Amino acid sequence: MTVSKRLVLHFPHTLVDQPIMCRLAKEFNIDFNILKASVTPNEEGLLVVELSGEANDYEKGKDYLARSGVEIKPLSQDVIRDEHKCTHCGACIVLCPSNALSVDRSTMTVDFEDSKCIACGICVPACPARAMSIHFEI
Amino acid sequence: MTKTIPEINEKIRSGEAVVVTAEEIIGIVEEKGIQEAAQSVDVVTTGTFGPMCSSGAYFNLGHSAPRIKIGGGKATLNDVPLYTGLAAVDVFLGVTAVPDDDPRNKNYPGTFDYGGGHVIEELVAGKDLRFQATAYGTDCYPKKKIETLIKLEDMNEAVLFNIRNAYQNYNVAVNLSEKTIYTYMGTLKRNLGNANYCSAGQLSPLLNDPLYKTIGIGTKVFLGGGIGYISWQGTQHNPNVPRGDNDVPRRPAGTLALTGDLKQMKSEWLRGISMLGYGTTMAVGVGVPIPILSEDILRHAAVKDEEIFAAVVDYSEAYPERKPDVLAEVSYAQLKSGKIEVSGKEIPTGSLSSYSKAVEIANTLKEWIQKGEFLLTEPVAPLPGVEDGITFKPLNERLEE
Repeated sequence: MTVSKRLVLHFPHTLVDQPIMCRLAKEFNIDFNILKASVTPNEEGLLVVELSGEANDYEKGKDYLARSGVEIKPLSQDVIRDEHKCTHCGACIVLCPSNALSVDRSTMTVDFEDSKCIACGICVPACPARAMSIHFEI
Repeated sequence: MTKTIPEINEKIRSGEAVVVTAEEIIGIVEEKGIQEAAQSVDVVTTGTFGPMCSSGAYFNLGHSAPRIKIGGGKATLNDVPLYTGLAAVDVFLGVTAVPDDDPRNKNYPGTFDYGGGHVIEELVAGKDLRFQATAYGTDCYPKKKIETLIKLEDMNEAVLFNIRNAYQNYNVAVNLSEKTIYTYMGTLKRNLGNANYCSAGQLSPLLNDPLYKTIGIGTKVFLGGGIGYISWQGTQHNPNVPRGDNDVPRRPAGTLALTGDLKQMKSEWLRGISMLGYGTTMAVGVGVPIPILSEDILRHAAVKDEEIFAAVVDYSEAYPERKPDVLAEVSYAQLKSGKIEVSGKEIPTGSLSSYSKAVEIANTLKEWIQKGEFLLTEPVAPLPGVEDGITFKPLNERLEE
């Protein structure tokens, strides 16, 4: 059984120069997809990743990260709309899989219902006015 | 019943003109009938707000010391290339221009984050932009390189010059293929996954004057939040398409070329747009007033979404291969309901044109006229009509024999 999870990894400054992700891939057969990466001014690293692999490998890989001193947290992400940028055209509504974006047929404006949003991010590049953005809450 | 534009202008000056939007006129006609409505209403205002790729602006940048001849050289604004084949410091910027180092569709679908439309939006918002140019140098224009910040108010002239806007009707785009496609009509999901349209329908300027009886060259309009004028028919202006009994075209038909001073426009109504996998463009706000000079003109202006039909076209094959195939005809009432039926399948609809913004434009223009700030103009020449026999020519490739 394969597992795929999105995680937020905090690297203390002592680990920033270590090839941790490389070892994770080579020794634990974990595929990783970097969603966001940054190094803070005091040299702590932050990596938002999607890790996938066999369940067994995944658990071992996660243990390896924890043992190395990497702090692991589950990712929650959020899509938000810039109300000033949205032109209410309606290009997004046919793409949104959860109907979080819909047209109010009486005013023909586009409603964004946060509670229905699954934060898949499909609307982000598809919005012609670039009103939608995805934020990783850490 | 006939009225003249000078008579209507007299009423506008005295604050007595009756002005309604192209949406409001529908109910008035249903209630009072054509005859009574034509007598009581003086002006119907229209509006549209959508991506319009054949838009751009020209600028006169002023002369540096020493002088530089940018004409014939290379120039950019925030890295977006400008057309320099003009005099020393005149340049043109088109909304689909993207920086030379933009990856375009190399990483498919390209995101096209920034282009000419965004530059125009930022200039109109009053921002400082980075202007760079290189030139070959001449005796009278010795400077060969320039890099400076520049903003709209620094320029001598900054003029929006759109060679095709406000299309009279447009295709409804669908995708018959097995994979998602990325088009100027938005992202189209496979197997008729969605249908995208792009017109304000009953509010759209040329759909309310289908035979161009009042809208002509010289007509003063709402353009980008300020005042503009119709300078010519737009490119691809093609009145000779199938029309309904109400004279409304059932295919893309007439277009407008529009001009106006950028310095009095608002960035809210000129918005840089990024079409995933396609390119950059600009959403332009346009509103045209229609003087109710006769019952015929009013009958046309009272057209409603149920009576306007658009052609459903496959953008995976028919459109790119220039095939004339039309899958179906649907009304804007159906499109705006959120779903249409094509080949027995129910398809959700999306729009590229903002109807709510079109309403806002028609209302703004109405207010300007009601306050006496905006007088109507008599066209100086008509737009070519059905009777002019324009044919819409394809490009047939050929080489020297």
